[in-house]
Amino acid sequence: MRVSLTWLREYVDFDLAPEELAHRLTMAGLEVSGIERIGGEWDNILVGSVARLGPHPNADRLRLATVDTGAEQVEVVCGAPNVAPGQKIVFARAGARLTHPETGERETLKAARIRGVVSNGMICSERELGLGDDHDGILVLPDDAVPGAALEDYLGDVILDVEVTANRPDCLSMLGVAWEVAALTGNPVRMPSTEYAAEGDPITTADLVDLRAPELVPRYTSALVTGITVGPAPGWMQLRLQAAGVRPISNVVDITNYVMLETGQPLHAFDRAALAGGRLIVRRATTDEPLTTLDGRAHTLSTEDLVIADENGPVGLGGIMGGENSEVSDSTRDIILESASFDFANTRRTVQRHRIEVGGKRGTEASQRFERNLPITLPPVGLRRAAKMLVELCGGVAAQGIADDWPGRHEPATVTMTSERMRNVLGMDPGLETSARTLRSLGFDVSVADGPDGAYTITATVPPWRTDIGIADDLIEEVARIIGYDAIPVTLLPPTGEPDVPDPLTRLKDDVRDALARLGNQETISYPLVPMELLRTTIPGDAPQDPLRVWNRMSPDQEYLRTTLRGSLLRTLATNERGIGRESYRLFEIGQAYLPRGPRHQPEERTYVCGVLAGARAARSWIGGNAAAPDEMDFFDAKGLVESLLETINVRARYEAADDRILAHGRTARILAEDENRPIGVLGEVHPDTLAALDIRASRVVLYEIDLQAALSHREERDRAWQPVSRYPGLRRELALLVDETSPAGAVADIIRNFPSVMTSALVDVYQGPQVPDGQKSLAFSLVWQSPMRTLTDHEVDVAQAQLLDKLRRETGAVLRS
Amino acid sequence: MSTLTDELIDVETRALEELGRVADVDALEQWRVTYQGRRHGRLPNLLERLPALPVEERREAGRQANRVRSALESAYTERRAALERAHVTQRLSAEAIDVTLPGRRAHSGGLHPTTRTLREIIEAFRPMGFRVVEGPEVEWDYYNFEALNIPADHPARDQWDTLWLDSEDDEGKRPLLLRTHTSPMQVRVMEAQQPPVRVLVPGRVFRHEATDASHESVFFQVEGLAVDRGVTFADLKGTLYTFARRMFGPDRRVRFRCDFFPFVEPGVDMAIDCFGCRGAGCRTCGQSGWLEIMGAGMVHPGVLKRVGYDPDIYTGFAFGMGPERIAMLRHGIDDIRHFYANDLGFLEQF
Repeated sequence: MRVSLTWLREYVDFDLAPEELAHRLTMAGLEVSGIERIGGEWDNILVGSVARLGPHPNADRLRLATVDTGAEQVEVVCGAPNVAPGQKIVFARAGARLTHPETGERETLKAARIRGVVSNGMICSERELGLGDDHDGILVLPDDAVPGAALEDYLGDVILDVEVTANRPDCLSMLGVAWEVAALTGNPVRMPSTEYAAEGDPITTADLVDLRAPELVPRYTSALVTGITVGPAPGWMQLRLQAAGVRPISNVVDITNYVMLETGQPLHAFDRAALAGGRLIVRRATTDEPLTTLDGRAHTLSTEDLVIADENGPVGLGGIMGGENSEVSDSTRDIILESASFDFANTRRTVQRHRIEVGGKRGTEASQRFERNLPITLPPVGLRRAAKMLVELCGGVAAQGIADDWPGRHEPATVTMTSERMRNVLGMDPGLETSARTLRSLGFDVSVADGPDGAYTITATVPPWRTDIGIADDLIEEVARIIGYDAIPVTLLPPTGEPDVPDPLTRLKDDVRDALARLGNQETISYPLVPMELLRTTIPGDAPQDPLRVWNRMSPDQEYLRTTLRGSLLRTLATNERGIGRESYRLFEIGQAYLPRGPRHQPEERTYVCGVLAGARAARSWIGGNAAAPDEMDFFDAKGLVESLLETINVRARYEAADDRILAHGRTARILAEDENRPIGVLGEVHPDTLAALDIRASRVVLYEIDLQAALSHREERDRAWQPVSRYPGLRRELALLVDETSPAGAVADIIRNFPSVMTSALVDVYQGPQVPDGQKSLAFSLVWQSPMRTLTDHEVDVAQAQLLDKLRRETGAVLRS
Repeated sequence: MSTLTDELIDVETRALEELGRVADVDALEQWRVTYQGRRHGRLPNLLERLPALPVEERREAGRQANRVRSALESAYTERRAALERAHVTQRLSAEAIDVTLPGRRAHSGGLHPTTRTLREIIEAFRPMGFRVVEGPEVEWDYYNFEALNIPADHPARDQWDTLWLDSEDDEGKRPLLLRTHTSPMQVRVMEAQQPPVRVLVPGRVFRHEATDASHESVFFQVEGLAVDRGVTFADLKGTLYTFARRMFGPDRRVRFRCDFFPFVEPGVDMAIDCFGCRGAGCRTCGQSGWLEIMGAGMVHPGVLKRVGYDPDIYTGFAFGMGPERIAMLRHGIDDIRHFYANDLGFLEQF
């Protein structure tokens, strides 16, 4: 909402600088996002009138104008096509600073000889004054401009750009803003008059309107003004409309806009002669009924839409926009003025359904106000104010009475607030005097009751325009925002004594993040909304559940909620490969997969960590790494990473060969929780087909995915009991075993690791070749035997090793390689 | 004929002279064998003759023999140490390297800037007793809107353009949506527990919004909620002041002004003085001198009633902010779309 301070002063006095006023309004909740000055630099620029106009002796397209500045007559050369004697114009004397119409730079005007004639100043265009873009001719001022007056006094203004929050439809009007200023300054508001002489015939509602859809129009008022003359609105009104950003059209339309801006009530003027039947029909549209609105757009309506119609059909979309066919024209004589209360929800839905917008903003000036649920008492106020102006400014005769069939009676709301509540909410109490005065300054009727010890109760009658006030806390906010939030003290919450540890999953996620970052991986976060194609390419199984779909997607690329994070990671990899790319990628993401649980249910949001590794294991470097084909990361890089990760978060895991739709057979492992043998994730090399489908350049990409909720249930949360460090020396032994080549090394390693007195064990070599029988492989372990109780002798170790070998042979078929 | 004593002195003189010429460990060993070798060393050879000497001569020669033996031993030890020192020095100088060559780097990983900022926010609130909880991203209309005083067709819904899920109830309405803010968790937390409540809710939110430099359709928020007997607006101010100074520095100025959110009353907008101009007005702050970073307010009695809290007994405050905006302000990032484009060139800077 653009608020002209010149206009605002009609309703309330204030002597604050614009910046200070803007600051106070902002602090009180009416944010001023910009201050625009009109005419701050208009020295030596005056209102003048064109006294005479004659030809230029040396140029056909120039003329000599004699400008009357009130004090003197000055001859200037003028080339504008629209200059005419008698016009009120803007005259710039030598020394004035004007905007050059071509360069846009500001220059100082000097007296000049133009084609042999001295011009002692000039008549200005809009553009030269910095008022607008028009340079087709000079700016012609309204007739009420007084020659000799400084232009700044006549046209100068300051405009505040005010952002109005959804709860304050009243501040979409000058009067609403005036009440704010009144409260901030303590000055009273001057309400504009709605009294006028109604000298026409009396009318009844039935003469003007047939209200057939009262359920969509809680109140419909109308008035009849006959015999008006359509023409331009008075200059002051045009100036104010322009300041507010509304283009003047004609006196009738301008009056409806002016009254809307002044009171907040949208109005519409219908040319009665253009209405078949001479009256308005307010009804629901019929199915597929057509209507072309004023903006030239054709709409196909439904019974959900409210129309204003005559006997031939719709002439407007109620509360939103008029139709092309009932516009006021130059020949209009009799006006039916509409000032109604349209149902806010229905207005909103109609705007959405027909995508009504003006200048890129949703809805119209009228619908934006109706959607915010204007007070039911407002229509007759706006109606009378506009009728008064039609009578006084357009020479019209108002019929006696107005059409207003509203059956309800408005009981003003009253709200009670106590000093106790004030203290409970704010932590302070400004006191009865301040609270009551503040509410009164905002237009509340206030009655007070004193209690003991300074306690008090305030009963406030809410002014009709404050539809946002309904409970005591609303009154408290009113007081607080006007005295300023700075007046409220600053205190600290006492401790609650409640535990403040985050929930276990949140903690696990943080631990996983930290561990993976420490292990050299970069965290990424991607959109959980993905295209179907990506899901098809990356889901683990063959038959996916239907993923959840967004009904009003922004784009096909963001249509489905992901059921796996794999696609996100692989796509991030592909994106980063573009262009030069990198030597290696170590990426991970922690986030939700959304697993459908059937229609009308929230999905299960399961938290996963998913990561990919691709590219060179070691960065290319002068230290030995400058190979043309550096070592690529493979399955075991990811496995080592997963092993380190699970160790860090205290989850014991085993691995077994597995298959997965998008991972390579033979290079894929299922990750199982050791204690229950339950799968918690998967890891493997991505199948070349999947890489190709996603345009991934890397030839080998390893992916891991762990279900963190599952991992959480296997996380050892208790502090582990410590193991005493043995004071006795250990014995290192190497053990080379032969096993069947298909037998998993993990089973052998597990037995060794868990064998009594084996302190550490490492698999140091896996070999198949000439010295090993066909169909077998050799596994070499390095182990340390150690006892916490005593020094082990070679003999004791020999005995233990024999027992170990026995167990290995029985359980895995492994034998000592001789 | 020279006595054994003379011969001992002669061997000592020669030995020390030769030792002076020994240049490496091998020659030193050779020297040791020559003079001290157990079998044929020249000193042991002489010593073998000691027992055969007459008693009076033997005493003198024995004393002399001991002296020479220990002189040679200590000369040997000294020489050996000197040679070893020289050897180490020589080896090190042969191994000299160009220390300006780049080192072997460990792979450095990193956390997403949103994660980092979220953590800083959480750490700033945690000492004030706020517990972190998280909630569902797919929400019911009820929790996202209705329970927060935003009924259907309420004009305030314009503040939250919504992505709806393709799912209809019996009345043909779409009840499921992607939460537009983390505020639904206010309701869920209060439904699940009795006061005192003091929680922090980080999480992802969604908007049906065209993206540009300052708008994303998917981003994060942190919601805060404190409800108990006697929680006031003054406590809200104190909590947010404390946060602002922990997060942005102790001399940060803070501004609280009135704003509107349907689920709080009174409503608050919190701003801090601009990093760029310290309040003077610049492009970053749109000439206002202030950066709005958070919406807040006292929990609306209607919201409390809906979860079964008696608003005459319990009061509370809530606040919410966007970590991306805070990260953008701190690092001078001019486009929010960088955050979820997952360009490593961007992510690895943090």
